[in-house]
Amino acid sequence: MTIWTLPCSRKRRMDDLAVGSVAQKMTRLPEARLQLDVVATPLGVRRGLNEIRQTLHLWGMGHDDIGTAEMVLAEVMNNIVEHAYADCAGASMLLSAWQWHGGLAVHVVDSGLPMPDGKLPEGQAKPLNVDLTELPEGGFGWSLIRELTIDLNYCRSDGENHLRFRVPPSGLN
Amino acid sequence: MELDHELKGDVLVITPADTRIDAAVAIQFKDRMRELCSAAGSRIVLDLGQVDFVDSSGLGAIVAAMKQIGASARLELASLTPNVAKVFRLTRMDTVFSIHDDLDSALQPKAAHG
Repeated sequence: MTIWTLPCSRKRRMDDLAVGSVAQKMTRLPEARLQLDVVATPLGVRRGLNEIRQTLHLWGMGHDDIGTAEMVLAEVMNNIVEHAYADCAGASMLLSAWQWHGGLAVHVVDSGLPMPDGKLPEGQAKPLNVDLTELPEGGFGWSLIRELTIDLNYCRSDGENHLRFRVPPSGLN
Repeated sequence: MELDHELKGDVLVITPADTRIDAAVAIQFKDRMRELCSAAGSRIVLDLGQVDFVDSSGLGAIVAAMKQIGASARLELASLTPNVAKVFRLTRMDTVFSIHDDLDSALQPKAAHG
C-alpha cells in the first residue's frame, strides 16, 4: 500500500479559520469572473455556495441555471472536502468561474490527494429496483456532475488537482 | 438541525425549518429523523416546502431516514421546490419515494395508496 504524504500547501493557519470573514475571500473581477478561496469544510462549502449564488444573480443568470450551477459546484466541492482533503481539514480550494454563453465555465484547484487511478469516477448510477435495505445512500455526486456538465476534464499537476468543466444554460441541456 | 413535527390525524408531518439539507447537516438530519420517527404511526410525510437545496449528502440522509424507519411506516415526501425536485429526478429517486405536490394532497386519505 502506498502511503501518500498530503501536500497541505493550501492549509490555513487556525487563527484564520476562526474568523469566517477572513477565512474566505472572494474577488469579483471586472470581466464577470469570480475567484473564491473556499475553506474545505462542509460549512466552508455552504458559505462559498452562498457567495456564488449571489454573484450569479448579479450577473443576471436565471433562477434555474443558478440552481443547476449550485448543485454541480456543491458536489464538486463536497467531493474535495470528503476525499481529496479527507485527512487535511482546514485546507482550502480555489474556485474560478466565468460566464460562458449564458452558462458557466469553472476551474477548481485543490492540493489534496489525487483521484484514484488518476482519473474521474464513472459516476454510474446504482440500481434502485432493490429491497429497501439495499437502496444506495451515496454515490450520487459524480452522476449528477456528469449529467449537468460538459467538457469535464481532470488533471494532476505539481501536486494539485485541476478540475475544469462547463455548466450549460438550461436551454442547451 | 431543527425539524418541526406535528401529528395530523394518523400522519406524522415533519417539516425541516432550515432551507438546506446538505453535507453540513446530513448526519444531524438523519439522527433527528430517527428520534422523531421511532414512535410514529403508519405514515410519515416529510414536508420539504421550505427546503430550497438538497445535495447528494442530504439526499442520502433522506434515503437513510426511510431505511431506518423500515417496514413499520412509510416515508412520503411533499412540496418539493424546483431545485429539490430536480435532484430527485436526476438521481431517479423520484421513482423510489411517494411524492405529493403539497401537504394537503399528502393528507388526503386516498394519498395513502399513492
